[in-house]
Amino acid sequence: MSDRVMKSYRFREERETDWAKLDHIIRKAESRGVDGLSDEEIKTLPHLYRQAISSLSVARSISLDQNVIAYLETLCARAYFFVYGTRSRMGDRIAQFFARDWAAAVSAAKGPTLLAALCLFGGALLAFFLTLSDPEWYWTFNGYGDQRNPNATYGELRDTLYEEQRNIIDLLGAFAAQLFSHNSGIALFAFALGFAFGVPTAALLIYNGLHLGSFFAVFWAKGLAFELTGWLFIHGVTELFAIILAGAAGFMIGGAVAFPGRKSRMQSMQLAGEKAAMVIIGAVVMLFIAALLEGFGRQLINVDGVRYAIAGTTLVLWMTYFYLPRRRGPEA
Amino acid sequence: MADTATPLSAPERQRRHAVRVKTQTAEQKRIRKMVTPEGAVLNFKISTFSERMGAFIIDIIFQFLIIIGIVLVIGFIASPFGFNGWQVAGAIATVLIFFVRNFYFIFFEIGRKAATPGKRMLGLRVATRNGGQLKANAIIARNFLRELEFWLPLSALFGLGGTGVSGWISLLIFAWCMIFVFFPLFNKDKMRVGDLVAGTIVIHSPKVQLLKDIASATPHAVKQSGIIFTPAQLDIYGIHELHVLEDVLRQSTPDIKRNVANRIATKIGWVPEPGQTDILFLEAFYGGLRKHLEQGMLFGKKKVDKYDFSY
Repeated sequence: MSDRVMKSYRFREERETDWAKLDHIIRKAESRGVDGLSDEEIKTLPHLYRQAISSLSVARSISLDQNVIAYLETLCARAYFFVYGTRSRMGDRIAQFFARDWAAAVSAAKGPTLLAALCLFGGALLAFFLTLSDPEWYWTFNGYGDQRNPNATYGELRDTLYEEQRNIIDLLGAFAAQLFSHNSGIALFAFALGFAFGVPTAALLIYNGLHLGSFFAVFWAKGLAFELTGWLFIHGVTELFAIILAGAAGFMIGGAVAFPGRKSRMQSMQLAGEKAAMVIIGAVVMLFIAALLEGFGRQLINVDGVRYAIAGTTLVLWMTYFYLPRRRGPEA
Repeated sequence: MADTATPLSAPERQRRHAVRVKTQTAEQKRIRKMVTPEGAVLNFKISTFSERMGAFIIDIIFQFLIIIGIVLVIGFIASPFGFNGWQVAGAIATVLIFFVRNFYFIFFEIGRKAATPGKRMLGLRVATRNGGQLKANAIIARNFLRELEFWLPLSALFGLGGTGVSGWISLLIFAWCMIFVFFPLFNKDKMRVGDLVAGTIVIHSPKVQLLKDIASATPHAVKQSGIIFTPAQLDIYGIHELHVLEDVLRQSTPDIKRNVANRIATKIGWVPEPGQTDILFLEAFYGGLRKHLEQGMLFGKKKVDKYDFSY
């Protein structure tokens, strides 16, 4: 009566235990990583994986048991993701990012970075000269909420630059508030809007440049430019650099969409997206540092010279870190 | 499936068969074939818009819970220090919220399961479009674009009708945002803009348990009861009906099983034997039908459903 037993049933019966073994190994690997597997398991894994894959092909053509096929489909997919997936550890990856990948991505994107800087500072220069020639321009670029406008007196303006609060609690508050400030939003949007050929990114950068330039002109007109520069650039070097890099990341994607070359637009965008992702996550790190500098540094340090020194140091540090040629590390 | 005693006319049969084939092709459209280096084909099912929406909502709820948890713990620690304590607590909480908001998705998707808790609950995971390695960069890119796709429209929505912005501009902003929100509905891979940039797709690959083969119970029991079907009786149904029967046997109430058993018996002209239970009859019929159809498959005959007489 063995004729009553189906081929597909015998097929399953013979391989079931191996499938279960693979299932067990993959489940372990998914919850605990490669380290959770014993040597024996790692040794048998490739064999079991190939067997499951071939079982799947056979099952598709001989079996009509939905459950077996669905089970094998997901088992093979999970095994596939594990066998061919990345297995580097989070810690290694972060270390590699700071040691090599970040700086490499930034220095490879000099063109977009220059373009972004041009947009930001071009806008700033334009607004600066316009506002200097006629203070009324200020109102074109800014809203009415800010007390630091052309109608403010020298004293009022000067007071905004130096603060007497040295209470650690207020500093912490200032730092925290800075994290969610306008500027970190701008940085993310400059990146995210990039794929529309980079046009919105450029507009966003120019707009913020205008804002910055007109603001600067107000202080310039009152003879406070030197003081303002120290106040602004103690953290501004890092923050503006971050915004420029975020814009550059946006331009990278926009450029890849607009000029895909021989690749398809999708493919080109994907390749650029990977590089741009490095730049943008770095920009988030920079914004965090900028928030630290602004929250603590600017409130604690009220001496112009020291503010300038910090601004200069950060500039040199970032430049060296990003652009100084370095030996290539081993490929991971 | 209303089974009537009188057989259907040929055109009606063909029409119903065409409908069945059409639904199956529609189902196939959700499947992306991926060839592994071994040369085998894996079928990945693209997740639907609603699945992804559901996963996202769950993740947002989780984020809120995490944030509430953080605030409670910090508040508990800070409360003995009076007002200053609260200020410090507020600042620290803000910093932590910043991290949760920006890195929740990235943290979980970089992990081994390539899925956030919400995605995992619905059996979804992130994969690359071409089947290659899923790199951390892709995860970062796809999640930072979420800012544009969700948070910007949301803040725009709350900003609408605010001062200083004309109605037309608001409308334009709204329309522009909606393009992003509903972008996944308008491409066949259900990609959002972030997926497009990062080269990823979200697939539906739930964990499936290997259940007992229904046919494994059959030989022994059937041998004793002696239920044997004629080839003519087995020729009535096709693969679709076999699969429906499998579902019925695996997961339905005794009432439904009785109904199905009666219907099949009527259709194939089966006279119940004494001592025969519904389940025994259905399992025997399942076993017989599957064997019959699988044998046909070996000879290249694939009877899709009961309306299929193409060979």
